[in-house]
Amino acid sequence: MHITPEEIVETLLMVQQQNLDVRTVTLGLSLNSCAHEDAAVAAQRVYDRVTTAAANLVPVAQKLEAEYGVPIVNRRISVTPIAQLASVSRHGDITLVADALDRAATEVGVDFVGGYSALVHKGIGEGDRKLIDSIPQALATTQRLCASVNVASTRAGINMDAVLLMAQTVRAAAEATADRDCIGCAKLVVFANMVEDNPFMAGAVHGTGEPDEVINVGISGPGVVRAVIASLPDDADLTAIAEAIKATAFKITRVGELVAREAARRLGVQMGIVDLSLAPTPAEGDSVADIIEAMGVGRCGGPGTTAALALLNDAVKKGGAMGSSSVGGLSGAFIPVSEDQGMIRAAESGALTLEKLEAMTSVCSVGLDMIAIPGDTTVETIAGVIADECAIGVVNSKTTAVRLIPAIGRKVGDRLSFGGLLGEAPVMSVNAWAGTTFAHRGGRVPAPLQSLRN
Amino acid sequence: MQTPAILSVLGEDRVGIVATVSRVLADSSANIEDIRQTIISGIFSMTMLVTVNEDETPFDEVQRRLAGAAEELGLQITLQREDVFRYMHRI
Repeated sequence: MHITPEEIVETLLMVQQQNLDVRTVTLGLSLNSCAHEDAAVAAQRVYDRVTTAAANLVPVAQKLEAEYGVPIVNRRISVTPIAQLASVSRHGDITLVADALDRAATEVGVDFVGGYSALVHKGIGEGDRKLIDSIPQALATTQRLCASVNVASTRAGINMDAVLLMAQTVRAAAEATADRDCIGCAKLVVFANMVEDNPFMAGAVHGTGEPDEVINVGISGPGVVRAVIASLPDDADLTAIAEAIKATAFKITRVGELVAREAARRLGVQMGIVDLSLAPTPAEGDSVADIIEAMGVGRCGGPGTTAALALLNDAVKKGGAMGSSSVGGLSGAFIPVSEDQGMIRAAESGALTLEKLEAMTSVCSVGLDMIAIPGDTTVETIAGVIADECAIGVVNSKTTAVRLIPAIGRKVGDRLSFGGLLGEAPVMSVNAWAGTTFAHRGGRVPAPLQSLRN
Repeated sequence: MQTPAILSVLGEDRVGIVATVSRVLADSSANIEDIRQTIISGIFSMTMLVTVNEDETPFDEVQRRLAGAAEELGLQITLQREDVFRYMHRI
C-alpha cells in the first residue's frame, strides 16, 4: 500500500475534526445566447438554459462528496453579467431575468446563482444602469440570487459616479430587506478589479473570456491550517509556521483539484480553475481570525494582525499554486466578519475595527466583507468607504471588494443574523468624518502609474 | 469498473472487526489488496486497500453495507476512493 495509515488518519481528522471541505463547485454558464429585446423572452431562455445545463450539477457533486468522503458545502452557478442581456432587452422589466435565475437555481437545487452584475469601471451604459437600478428589488424578491458591480480597475481608475450610485444602491438594498435583517446587502458586492472566474459569492460572474460552460472550484479549510499551527512547538518561528501552512495548503488544494477534475469530467465540461481562498465558516474553529491568534497575536485586529495575515495569504498561495494545474479566482484568505466566529469576537471586543480591516485587505483577499454598519450611516460615508477600498485594489493591482450591510434601524452593538454560511454580523462603528462633498464630485480617479512604485 | 478505494476503521479495538468487515467486502465482490492495523494517538486504526467491483456492487451500495457493519461494531468505518489520498499526500 503506498498510502500510510498515518496519512489516512490525517486526512480523516482534517475532515471530521478540522472542517476540511470544498466550499463550492461552481458551474460557469454563458448566457449570451439568451439575449432578446423582450425581457420576458430573455428570461424564459435564461431559465431553460440554466435548468438544462446545470441539471446534473447537484447529483454529480453529491456523488463526489460521498465517494471521496470530503464535504462539498455549496453548489453554485455563475452566469454572464446580466447587464449584457439588459442592454439588449429594450422592452420589459429586467427583474424578470432575476426571477428566472432564482427559479432555475431552485429547480436544479444549487445554493446560489451569481452574475446579476455589471462592469462600469469606465462608464455606465444604458443596460448597466437598468440593471443597477433593479438590484434592490431583485435581491428583495429572490432567495439565491447574488449581484455584483465592478466600479474600478487598475487600468481605468475609479469611476466615482458609479461609486456613489452603488452606495445609494447598497442603502436601497438594505431598506428593501429591512424586515429580514437587511439580507439583500449580504448578496451584493462592489468590486475593484473583478475577476472573471471567481467561484465564490456574492461576486461570482462568468466572464466574457470564459468558454460556454466551465467548472470552477473554491477550497476551504481555515480550521485545518489553525490545527497545524497549534500543533507546532510554542517557540516555532514564523519561518516554520509559513512552511507548515504551505504544506497544508498544498494538501487542501489537491482535494480541490481532484474534485474540479472529476466534476468537470463527469459533467462533460471544461475544468476552469481552483480558487485557493481560505474561506471561513461560522463553525467554531473554522476561522481565519483564529489562525492569526494561533500565530500569537493577542486578538485579531491587534498590532501584528496585518503582518500575520500577509504571511498566511502568501503561504497559502505558494502551497496551493503547486497543488493545482490551474489557479485562479480570488485566491487569498477571506476575512468576512459575519462568517467567522473569531472575527465576530474580535469586533465585539473592540480589537477589530473597520480601519484595521481596511489595512488587512491590502494584503489578503478580498475586501471589507460582510460588515454591518449603523443604519443611519450616510450614503456619502458608504461611498467614501467604497472609494477607499477601491483605491487599495487599483493601486496595488489586486481585487478588492466591499460588502457592507447598513443595518436599518440598528446601532453599534446590535447584531444582524442571516443564517447558514452568511452567519451573524455585529454592527460596527464607522468613522463619521466623510463629509458631504467628496462623494458627490463624480468623475474618475485616474488610473495609477504602473512604474515608480513606492 | 474496478475502483481502488481505502477503507479505514477507527475506534476501540474489539473481537470480530476484521471478520465482519471482510465478510461485507466479500459479499460485495470487493477484493482486499492490502491490510494494516496500528494504534495512532491511542485510536485503533485499521486501513485496507480494496478494489471495488462496481459491475457487481456499486460504490454507494458497498458504503451502505459498511455503514451497517459500523453500527453493529460501534466503530467508524469509511470507504473513500483511493485517489483522494494519492492526490493529497503524493506529488
